[in-house]
Amino acid sequence: MNMNYLLCGVGGQGTVLAAKVLAAAAIAKGEEVKTTETIGMAQRGGSVTSYVRTGYGIHSPIIPLGTADVIIGFEPGEVVRNLKYLKKGGTVVVSTKSVMPVTAALTNSTYNGEEMVEYIKKAAENVIIIDGEKLCNECGSDKVLNVILLGAAIKSGAVGITLEETKDALLKRLPAKLHDLNIKALELGMRG
Amino acid sequence: MPEQLVMGNEAIAFGAIKAGVKMVAGYPGTPSTEVLETIAKNNNGNIHVEWSINEKAALEVGAGAAYAGARTLVTMKQVGLNVASDPLMSLNYVGVKGGMVILVADDPGPISSQTEQDTRHYAKFAKMMVFDPSSPKEAYEMIQDAFEYSEKYGEPVFMRPTTRICHGYQTIELSTEAEEREVEGFVKDSDRWVIFPKLSYNNHIKLEKKLVEISEDFNTYRFNTVTGKGTKGIIASGVGYEYVKEVVGDREDIKIFKVATANPFPEKLALEFLEGLDSVLAMEELDPVLEREITYVCGKYNVNAKVYGKLTGHVVNAGELSADKAAESIAEFLGEENVFAANQISAEGAPELPARPPVLCPGCPHRASFYAVKVAMKGKKTRYCGDIGCYTLGNAMPLDMVDTCLCMGAGLTMAQGFAHAEEDVYSFGFIGDSTFFASGMTGVVNAVYNQANITIVLLDNSTTAMTGHQPHPGTGRTMMGDVVNCVDPEMILKGMGVKTVVTADPLDLENAVEVVKKTAEEKGVKAIIFKSPCIAVTKPAQREVIDEDKCINCKKCIKELGCPAIVLKDGKAFIEKSMCFGCSVCETVCPVQAISKAGGDK
Repeated sequence: MNMNYLLCGVGGQGTVLAAKVLAAAAIAKGEEVKTTETIGMAQRGGSVTSYVRTGYGIHSPIIPLGTADVIIGFEPGEVVRNLKYLKKGGTVVVSTKSVMPVTAALTNSTYNGEEMVEYIKKAAENVIIIDGEKLCNECGSDKVLNVILLGAAIKSGAVGITLEETKDALLKRLPAKLHDLNIKALELGMRG
Repeated sequence: MPEQLVMGNEAIAFGAIKAGVKMVAGYPGTPSTEVLETIAKNNNGNIHVEWSINEKAALEVGAGAAYAGARTLVTMKQVGLNVASDPLMSLNYVGVKGGMVILVADDPGPISSQTEQDTRHYAKFAKMMVFDPSSPKEAYEMIQDAFEYSEKYGEPVFMRPTTRICHGYQTIELSTEAEEREVEGFVKDSDRWVIFPKLSYNNHIKLEKKLVEISEDFNTYRFNTVTGKGTKGIIASGVGYEYVKEVVGDREDIKIFKVATANPFPEKLALEFLEGLDSVLAMEELDPVLEREITYVCGKYNVNAKVYGKLTGHVVNAGELSADKAAESIAEFLGEENVFAANQISAEGAPELPARPPVLCPGCPHRASFYAVKVAMKGKKTRYCGDIGCYTLGNAMPLDMVDTCLCMGAGLTMAQGFAHAEEDVYSFGFIGDSTFFASGMTGVVNAVYNQANITIVLLDNSTTAMTGHQPHPGTGRTMMGDVVNCVDPEMILKGMGVKTVVTADPLDLENAVEVVKKTAEEKGVKAIIFKSPCIAVTKPAQREVIDEDKCINCKKCIKELGCPAIVLKDGKAFIEKSMCFGCSVCETVCPVQAISKAGGDK
């Protein structure tokens, strides 16, 4: 079955690795994959969107509007920015922790992400809300938000790959010393 | 090898290796950079791979190798071709012996470039073949074809992928074999290799004849195809073709002309496409090149078909194309519904989103350098000429330290223009280390010779940061990892006649401010080298923490520096430990010493 995944967040949050894991798991099943990323000029702190398309007969590397099966959101405002890509009946997995842009801090903005999460809950049908900050703290690392969200996405049943397939793809991409940490993050994400 | 997920640029690199490339030279530039890097990483030791100091140097190094008979690849981004255009416009007349592919990556959007220029115009201008892949998989095959065609006709050729091809990934089965090719060696022949008016005239005649032959040849080129039937047709190229396919799927009632070679245009195949059509839609990224070609063919052969596209307002004429934009244009062209419209979620009631413009990284030494100049020159009439690199982001609030940015190297020379035109200003030219080597040095000589009153600020972060940390002559390391003598900008500046050259650490903010104050007051050309490594090539220091009891909530740290690591939490400044790099600049800025490393994570 063809699947379109959109992963979005802020540069430095690990969206690209999560996209690679989804892609690798699909390739391991013998599917075709196309992926691409939209990254602004900034190395860190800018909006980042990764598109992963798996299945057969895929043409455009970017997902057309209204065709994403799943959005995995690392930052609630970035999910709202990309919600136009979600298809009706699609699933959103979103971390509640907001990342305040410098421009917002400069203008005394009160942006905190809550309003964004509320809107996502109203606009999309299937929304899984993850307290990414709390779960990262439980893991003892602020670098595993991506794996926690992958775990939550698998648990939702909306992605086309299993926990085992994800684990295989993930561990192949990480040095051995990080394996335990990432398996823990995956399990915490599954727990939600 | 089994299928693997390969980036378009990697696919091009593997294709070039398979084709037996012997010489690869380029200058980093998004979205082209990974082509050369991938060849370097997979070099079996037989390929000379170098980051040249700029695109002109790369093309000339490449030309020498190609004259000797080596298969040669030269890589750059589209604006880099402007720099290399001088050798390019002669090389086409002279021709090559070894196959030579000039890989120029175009950047619709533009996503990380100054312009949306279309390299296919250069192909026409220079009377050269251009290959335009529609996917990473096709790019892998096409670069091999490009070498063949170059050798067949003895001419350099362009390969022109756009961003979505370069940075798109696709599952591809790669071969691990490389063609074994002997380099025959240069054969002296001044009638062939030394450009003179007479040679140019003779070769111009030959070149025009060749273009007709190649157009004929391209009618049967394997990636130029005509499919479908009916009275409506779409001509498309590059990723634009994939967008069209995304929209029309396997429909057979629309004719599709996929053009992989915009120049020379395959005219006979175009006529075959036009047979029976009453209207044509052109779907291509950047400029309406195919649209003009097909319109020309219609006129030339008296074909009565109406051509729609960017020139007629039926396709957007600026920015990146997408399947969605293609769907809109195709729906209008066919008089049907937009295939993607039905399933979208309404954006009604969406809250206002915070803008997230690109900013300098937390801990970036450029922030400290700009801030030092800003503080030192407070209240003075200044002109701050910026340049191309991460440090262009010094333009953003609250730093607001880039008044101009034009092209690579222009900062130093534009500063001279301001200084000569407005005698009462303090004129600064900011330039990064890699940019200094690429195109800053001649500007320095110009300033010294013409007695400009400017301050050069060389932002030396020991890498080519914006394009992904490539080595350059100042780093003492080559692309292939060889350790070489560092070319020292301080010695260059002094050797060029700059009397005052001061090197300082911008993160030592108080000293940096004093250095600027003192240096800027001197007459003539003077230079400050702010030396501190990019955070991506160094390790973080102990993180900063704000002592809540000491903080008076003045928010000066936020308002002055605009560091992404300092945010508002419950209305007070707060340092995100996951983002802080421990550069300590905010420590110096805080008026009540509330910020320190005490208790910060190491």
